[in-house]
Amino acid sequence: MIEVKDLSFSYGSQEVLKNISLSLKEGNIYGLLGENGVGKTTLLTLLCGLKKPQGGTIETDGRKPYSRQPSLLQEQFYLPEEVSPVHERADAFGKEAGALWPNFDLEKYLYILSEFEVESKKRMDQMSAGQLKKTWIAFALACGVRHYFMDEPTNGLDIPSKMQFRKAIMKYTSEESTVVISTHQVRDLEELIDPIIILDKKSVLVNASLERIGSLLYFDYGKEVHPKALYTEQTPSGMVQVYPNADGRESKVNLEALFNAVHMNKEAVKSLFD
Amino acid sequence: MDFHDEKPIYLQIADHFCEGILTGSLEAGSRVPSVREYGAEIGVNPNTVMRVYEKLTAEGVIFNKRGIGYFVSDNAREIILDTQKEDFLTREVPAIKRKMDLLGLDAKIFM
Repeated sequence: MIEVKDLSFSYGSQEVLKNISLSLKEGNIYGLLGENGVGKTTLLTLLCGLKKPQGGTIETDGRKPYSRQPSLLQEQFYLPEEVSPVHERADAFGKEAGALWPNFDLEKYLYILSEFEVESKKRMDQMSAGQLKKTWIAFALACGVRHYFMDEPTNGLDIPSKMQFRKAIMKYTSEESTVVISTHQVRDLEELIDPIIILDKKSVLVNASLERIGSLLYFDYGKEVHPKALYTEQTPSGMVQVYPNADGRESKVNLEALFNAVHMNKEAVKSLFD
Repeated sequence: MDFHDEKPIYLQIADHFCEGILTGSLEAGSRVPSVREYGAEIGVNPNTVMRVYEKLTAEGVIFNKRGIGYFVSDNAREIILDTQKEDFLTREVPAIKRKMDLLGLDAKIFM
């Protein structure tokens, strides 16, 4: 369990996060959404201990990530958006770097690489951007840690790789792990991420399971315009409208429409979810 | 798996699952994959699969043996057929009837 309380962080005079509170529970794959510049990457780097909170606290199973205790570091993995093109073959890199994570499983790493169709004998600095990303994802999953923080992991992946990524996340994380994935590519990750966190500078607008989102908001794909729609979008196949779910009907949650509805009605949505 | 917009994903997965039982690819008494296994197989979040299993358990299509996992009920087939008949009669038939009224058609078209 990760508890974030009143977290604040600024770069110089530029305030990024202010009084952010949220809790993250085991067994979940969280999707962290937010507009450009609201601090998704900053939050991820704070969660994994690369940055020090300037206000408020973060506790991962009661420990502070910034104190960087090895016992906590070996239980977590941060995958940045831009990964390093290591001057080594993928298999050799795994053997060396894997030593830092006690649960690292070399066989599993090589197996995931083969599932991802990446040559383990290839030098990482000679790989395409997508292959390099997949190598790092395979490495991360083979570390078998409890806390995963991934920043835009599907950026640079081709269409089949995105599906492989989704399946691999499910297959190689467990009921004990907490996965936090930041993304702009909600379509890539729809059905994978649940609960959904929508971050804004001054607050967490939404931190809710899809079940809860569906109970509070109705996603209408019909043709009739609804007077109370918080958001309406024309699509090639028709329309998506989002409005408060007044009568407990069930609908398919559309993450893009959710995000836009929240973006355009921050206060209304926040009070609906509070 | 491809999903459409007409109902929540967990219900679409439940339909797909029931279809597997009706076509015989999932037999009565057989073990159902774990939430994580099934999630990985179809690329869907475990919470969603859990909702599918909870719904199917409530309907009696599958049952949970504590500590072992989920299994397909002996009468799963009958339950699914009953549920689908009910759904057809209460939802699809009225919609067809409305459309027929609108187009001025009567029951003769079924002859």
